[in-house]
Formats: sequence, structure tokens, C-alpha cells
Amino acid sequence: MLNVSAAPHIRNGTYTRELMLDVCIALIPSTCFGIYYFGIRALFIIAISIISCVLSEYIYEKIMGREVTVDDMSAFLTGLLLALNLPVHVPLWLPAVGGVFAIIIVKQLFGGIGHNFMNPALAARCFLLISYSREMTTFFADGESGATPLVLMKAGERPDIFKMFMGTTAGCIGETCVPMILMGALYLVIRKVISVIIPLSCIGSFVLFMSVYDFVSYGTVDTGYIVLQLCAGGLLFGAFFMATDYVTSPVTAAGKVVYGISIGTLIGIFRLSKGLPEGVSYAIICSNMIVPLIEKCTMPVPFGEEKKRIWLRNI
Amino acid sequence: MDIKKCAPGKELCYSLSQHIGKCAEPVVRTGEKICMGQKIARADGKISANILSSVSGEVTDVKAGSHIAVKNDGMYTPVKGYGQKRSIIRMSEKEIIKHIYDAGVVGMGGAGFPTHVKLACKNNDNIRLLIINGAECEPYISPDFALMVSESSKILSGILVLLRLYKNASAVIAIEDNKREAADIFLKKVKHIKNIKVKLLNSRYPQGAERQIIYSVAGEKIGMDILPADRGYMVCNVSTVKAINDAVCESIPLTERIVTVTGDAVRSPCNLKVKTGTGFTELILAAGGFKGECKKIITGGPMMGKAVYNMDSFVTKTTSALICFLNDEVSACRTTPCIRCGRCVSACPNRLMPLIMAEYALNNDYEAYVRIGGMKCMECGKCTYVCPAKRSLTQMFTAAKKSIKGRGGNSA
Repeated sequence: MLNVSAAPHIRNGTYTRELMLDVCIALIPSTCFGIYYFGIRALFIIAISIISCVLSEYIYEKIMGREVTVDDMSAFLTGLLLALNLPVHVPLWLPAVGGVFAIIIVKQLFGGIGHNFMNPALAARCFLLISYSREMTTFFADGESGATPLVLMKAGERPDIFKMFMGTTAGCIGETCVPMILMGALYLVIRKVISVIIPLSCIGSFVLFMSVYDFVSYGTVDTGYIVLQLCAGGLLFGAFFMATDYVTSPVTAAGKVVYGISIGTLIGIFRLSKGLPEGVSYAIICSNMIVPLIEKCTMPVPFGEEKKRIWLRNI
Repeated sequence: MDIKKCAPGKELCYSLSQHIGKCAEPVVRTGEKICMGQKIARADGKISANILSSVSGEVTDVKAGSHIAVKNDGMYTPVKGYGQKRSIIRMSEKEIIKHIYDAGVVGMGGAGFPTHVKLACKNNDNIRLLIINGAECEPYISPDFALMVSESSKILSGILVLLRLYKNASAVIAIEDNKREAADIFLKKVKHIKNIKVKLLNSRYPQGAERQIIYSVAGEKIGMDILPADRGYMVCNVSTVKAINDAVCESIPLTERIVTVTGDAVRSPCNLKVKTGTGFTELILAAGGFKGECKKIITGGPMMGKAVYNMDSFVTKTTSALICFLNDEVSACRTTPCIRCGRCVSACPNRLMPLIMAEYALNNDYEAYVRIGGMKCMECGKCTYVCPAKRSLTQMFTAAKKSIKGRGGNSA
């Protein structure tokens, strides 16, 4: 007796696990730089965050009697992303709390992998930012406490562009060094894990927004300032590693463009507003919320029915 | 691209349902002596096709609605008029269709739609473009490639027959660029023929699908609810065209085809010229037998073919390949939740949303499934192939479409 099954009878070699692993690999440069620059404490933060995420997932799924999915690497990745988004001098229990929040509240309560509507790592970061704002906004650079470039820029200062590009400034563990982020991003693009649509439309719309704002308010466009804004904070890290999260971003190409523009514009608005120096996390989280709407509006038109297109027909 | 011959063996068996439509009706009785090329079952109803014997011998079993078994006497005594050359110059359109009907020609690309029904469209003069489909986009299989290389003149002659049916049409032979050898042969042959062209397409699955190849060749997108013939297109597979030539010009019915026997379980993979009704065992034997224990056999391509559960099956008019695997890679795949990576969306040739369709199909929400365009799925299997969560998307869609059609639901 032979095996039977319905067509198709072949599958390609890409698995969820491999995709998650690829993102982890892409984060290695940023992680290494973070540990090198911020010291061994960064490693502890990363380890605690990862262990917290993986353990929460394991324990929750055991208790709920579900299939344990820690081997798909997604909890590991969430832990890594969360840690890279934390300042290095947070108390060591903070990443643990964040990990539990990310996995249990944001991911598992909504149905586990594939069903969360917010990026778990970012949602946890926002939660920590609101609940433990003092710990989360105390930054250190070169061994002494200091303000992040974005705070300095808000106060009217001009940080050193080279230092900001190389990442030797105050900031979160993984977000400061531009070359390392771009290296990882390039790896993801080459491996076709992410499409460049979201990062490009996000960065593009941010630059456009800032230029228009500059032009309208001052009559000129200060390119140097915009470049500084690009290198500062979590913009590039967010655009390449957080906004491209599969589960919480649209699946269609058109949807990705709209989503990217939404993130880029929101980052601009948040950064220009008075209260908030950094707005990438909130911008992405807010855009996560409108993904179902974006997806409904950007449904592809079936082959051969282009003429029948009716806008917003699925709402 | 050698083609080996495959001996048909002693016991042959003809399925009465080698085509889409109603089963053919047996016209022979058990014990009756038959000749090669003799009609053993006749088309029953509008959409059906004749079935003809590929060998001479004795009918050993007749089961209406199922099969006819024949014992091969090894003489291959042809029926009267078999192989008689005919000229198409004085033939009327009706006669051409009649010859195709008599010879039991069906679409050999896989679907098996009776060719005489397909060719007799509402208005033959409306057909502007005749596309000869040599795309053969499925991986692993190459019967059409082998045929194009070895029988190019017969294919050309078949095209001329079709062009006689469609006076206002020009023909394009569409071949994917991984079969450049075949394209070169045709390029040389059609150099002096004004209304036949060769078009090299880049290799892309599922380009061989009717509406896809029209888009690739003519740039027109035709929706699932419109017949290509109504827009002036006729698409014919190269093997079908060769069968048309045999039927019309040489009085040879469709009783033979090329079958690719391949897969990691086969000792020497090859293309075989096989008589319909031949048992699979003979084909495997002709390909050098199995290397080890074969776990899975697929008839047709790996993307849309069917798995068979044992070796007691027989070659039909639409058997394009036998693919034998030592390991069943699909059964080893573990399905995990959808992570919304969108690979299925970019893969879908019909621009559907497989991930959302799957949700509706799983919840039996057929209304929503139809609304989102699920009935337009052509089951090419591409979404399932690329899915990193290894979800059985195509299988869900096949089941959902069957249920919806069974309920007489909206098929828009």
C-alpha cells in the first residue's frame, strides 16, 4: 500500500522556524555591538528577556494543555527584540516582567503565534515605558548617565553625526548602531525574509513628512537635521525589524505601502510633538491596530477582474 | 530527450472515465475479439469521449461505468483503415471535428476535456489567436518537451489542421525558456510560415494554465467567469495537437502517449512511449525498476497530480507522468499556525488571498469563502508549496469548493 495525499505533493524548504531563526541571525550584529558598547550587563538583560519569554510561553502552553511551540523560535525572537529595545541600566527584573507581558498578555491570550494583533516585543516595551517610565528613560553612554540624542535634539542641541551613525551614544541596547542594523537588514532582504516595501515606505514617508514640516515652518529643509533624526532612536531598527513582523503587518504589497506610510508619518508626528522624544514604538503599535482595516481596503483584485474593481467593497 | 518504448504487457485495462464528463459506454462484450484502434466504448452524452483499444486481442472483462479489460495477443492487428493518410485540403470543418471525435481525442495537458467539444465553439471565425501550449510548467515532468523535440512535424501539421478550423486565427507556439531546444526546432520550421510564430516564455509555474498562458502570450487577462473562446482565444496543448494530427491526417486514434517516469525511487528515469491501458508495473519495469521501497506514486505533475494507492492502475489518455518517491515528504510536514507572512498572497496566480480563504474554509463559512473569491482558485497548489507553516491550503480549497458546488451554491 502506497501513501496517498491530495496535491500538491511537494513543499519548499522554508519553515516558520527557519524564518524566525533568520531574523535572529540578522540581529546578531546589533546584539554584539550592544554587548560590546554597553558592557556585559547588556548580555544579562538579553539573556533574562529571552529566558523570560521562552519560559512564559512554555509554562502557559503546558498549563493550558496546548501544544508547546517554543521550538518555533518565535518566543526567543520576541525576547531578543524586547531586550534590544531596553536601556542597559534597567533593573534586571524589568526584562523579566516585560517578557511575561509580551508572551502571555499580548501573544498567548489572543491565541498564540499568528493571532496577536500587536507586536509582542513592542507592546511590552510600551507597557514598560508607561509603567516604569523612570527606569526606562534613564540612559547611560560611555559609562556616565546622559540624555539620548533625541532628547538633546529636542533641547536644541546638535549631536555629533559620526557618533550617532556609529552608535556610540546613549540609547537602547540594539538600536544605536546604524551599520549593524543595516547589515542585518541586508541579510533579511537577501534571504527574502522581509520585503523592502515596509521599511522603505516607512523611512521615505518619515523623510518626506519632516521635510514638508521643515519647509512649511522655516521655509528651508534642514537635511542634516533629518539625517540625524534618521540615525537617532529606534527608527531604523523599528523599520527593519519591528514593522516587518509578519503577524502584525499587512500581507498585500499595497497594504504594506499604506502601513509603512502610516508608521513613518506617525513617527514624524510623535517626534515633533512636545511630550515624547521617541515615538517609533507607539507609531508601530498604532499602525498595528489599523492593519485589519488596511488589509480590507487593499484586497487584491482577482486575475482578470480589474475592471470590476469597486473601492472599499469589502468593508 | 530520448523516448524509450514501453511494451504494453499482456493485460491491459481501459478506464471508461479518461476524460472530464460522463463515462464512456462500452460497445464490446466479454470474450469479443478486438483489433488495435477499434472503438471499445462510445461517448455518452454531450461531454464525453470515445475510448479505443491500443492493442488487438480479447476482451476479458467489461464493467459499465468502470473499465474494460483486454488480453493482448501481441499481434497488434490494426482495425480497417488504421494509419490511412488523409488530406485536409478538401475536408470540411464538420469532418475534421468528426475525425477528432471518432479518435477519442481529449485535452492531454491534464484536464482531459473532450477536444471535439472544445474546438466546436460558438463561432469559429471569432477565434483570433490559437495558442499551442508547450509551457509544461510543472516540475519533474517532460512528456511535452520530449514530444516537441521528436515529433515537431506532426505537431506542425496538427496546427495546420486547427488553422483550417479557425480561418481568422494565427497560431503561437508558446514554450518556456527551459525548453529552448524545442523552441529552436520550431523556430527553424515556422520561418516560412506566415501565421505561425514561436514565443519563448520565461519559466514560471503555473504558466501552462489556460488563462495564464493567454496572459503571457497576448497580455490579456481573462477572468474565471469568461470563456477564453468568447474573447477569441483557443489554447491547445502540444500533445493534443499531435493527437489531432494523428486523428485527422493519419487515421490513428488516441491510443498512445508519452509518459515521464521519474522520481528518486526510479532507477533510470526516462520518457516512455506508452499505449493507453498499460499497467503501471510495465512502466516501472521499462524505467529500470525501483531502487528501494517506493513510498508514494503520483500520476501527473507533483503540483496537481494525483497520488495512487497501489500499482494496479493503468495509463489513461491524460497520464503525463509517474513520479515515484522513496520518502513521502508531505506526510513528514508538521502543520503550524499561519504567521501571516503573505507568501501565499504573492504566490497566487489568480491574485486571491489564500490565508483568509483558508480561515473561512476551515470554519465552513462558505458564504464568506465565495465572497472573497474562493471559487476562482484553480488549485494550482502554489500557495501550499510556499507556505512556511506547511498548511494544506489547496486541500482546504478543493474541499470547500466541492461542498459549495454540491450545495448548488453561488459559483461566481
